[in-house]
Amino acid sequence: MTPSSTTTARTDVLGARLLGSRQRALLAVASITGVLVFWGVFTSAGWVDRVLLPSPQEVFRSLLDSVRDGSLLRHVAASLLRVLEGFAIALAAAVPLGIAMGVSRVVRGILEPLLELLRPIPPIALIPLAILWFGIDELSKVLIIAYGAFFPILLNTMAGFREVDLVHVRAARALGAKRHHIFRDVVLRSAFPFIVVGARVGMGMAFIVLVAAELIASSAGLGFLISDARYNFRTDQMFLGMAMIGLLGFALNKALLEVERRLLKWKSP
Amino acid sequence: MPDNTAIRPGIAIRNLVLHYGVHEVLRGISLDIADAEFVCLLGPSGCGKTTLLNAIAGFIFPTAGGIAVNGHEVRGPGAERGVVFQEYALFPWFTVEQNVQYGPRLAGVDRKALNAISDHYLELVGLSDFKRHYPNQLSGGQRQRVAIARALAAKPEILLLDEPFGALDAMTRESLQDELVRIWEAERRTCVFVTHSIGEAVFLAETIIVMQAQPGRIRAIIRNDAPRPRARTSDSYFSMYRKVDEALRDRT
Repeated sequence: MTPSSTTTARTDVLGARLLGSRQRALLAVASITGVLVFWGVFTSAGWVDRVLLPSPQEVFRSLLDSVRDGSLLRHVAASLLRVLEGFAIALAAAVPLGIAMGVSRVVRGILEPLLELLRPIPPIALIPLAILWFGIDELSKVLIIAYGAFFPILLNTMAGFREVDLVHVRAARALGAKRHHIFRDVVLRSAFPFIVVGARVGMGMAFIVLVAAELIASSAGLGFLISDARYNFRTDQMFLGMAMIGLLGFALNKALLEVERRLLKWKSP
Repeated sequence: MPDNTAIRPGIAIRNLVLHYGVHEVLRGISLDIADAEFVCLLGPSGCGKTTLLNAIAGFIFPTAGGIAVNGHEVRGPGAERGVVFQEYALFPWFTVEQNVQYGPRLAGVDRKALNAISDHYLELVGLSDFKRHYPNQLSGGQRQRVAIARALAAKPEILLLDEPFGALDAMTRESLQDELVRIWEAERRTCVFVTHSIGEAVFLAETIIVMQAQPGRIRAIIRNDAPRPRARTSDSYFSMYRKVDEALRDRT
């Protein structure tokens, strides 16, 4: 750091000082701790039925119990596997299709009307049909998750092909590039950031669909944990399940952001 | 195109007409550019100078007439005609080095020779220390230097430059003009340089093609034999400036 950057604080457009990473971490810890303390005081004061709202200590105890008997790991693993399988299927289907639709006007003309009609149907609406067709086991859930993640990836991939800059195509041609070189070195490269963003949005969607599918029909997974807890009035387990879903979603998003940062390091100076 | 001088190095443009729909962009352009000559296409916006350059590059096709490069009719872009664009057009996903190596790589040059080529041209434009940078880590002037190095690395016989310094500040622009002249003297390629700056044309060119608009056509061809190195403050510079300025303003 140069002396000038330590003496002059960086500010935003309104002139407010920007926070350092340590300050931001401190604020994050403070806000989470604050909510936990408030929650603890609220429940221990007895203002609310403990069956409906457990204390943080109870949720923590249920976390320790389920870690000890291995059930938490089983549920997390089941959910994670489903979401990754569904996401992988969606990626494998949507990226080539998006490329084909981006490159060929004919393919796009054929598929676009169909996809526009399918797109407004929420994946959750397909769960009953998927269970009838593919059974109550993994396959139906994985396919529904894949369906949910499919559209964001497809639409972003197609959008990427519209972002190809003519001047890059001309520059490549003037350097001797043939059609397949332009596709590989200009078109795909230009579309790539959009595909990566589509993958991240698709992963978020896969996660939403995962929990919905597990709530309706499953015998393992975080959605099942919540639904099962309802029948036993174990709100502490419900809170645990929700917290784990939140953490898992947060971690997956962070991981994809990191992948994005590494693959697209040419974008940020 | 039947031409009595069969294979002649340089660019031969014959009765070129170019329409965009009903709009007549270029009318009756005939022009010969000799091998290793430095030519500026000069004119106001709308005079078709960039369109003419794009036609030589092979990006667009004339409605009538033809362009021959070294006796071969232009049918599309080719590596023997390098292009430098106003907006740089560097591939942002490639490093500086990968950008410069792109042309030779397509030509099938092997890895070791590729490094020698990019090292040579990056040194020529003074950017050896920026090999591993990405284009968006560079200033505008640096990017245009890389773009020039990239075009040269493909070993073109002709360099086509479309207002390459138009987006740069005055200081950077002058230093890049100096560098371009130095490179041209070292590499001896034919240069066709589009500009709307009289000063730039007078400083750079041996031949200044003065164009006018509606429809785009050639108004005057002015030889500029001022010796090099040229000074931007010399009497010969100013008298040439005045001559070109008069040709641009001439309302006959």
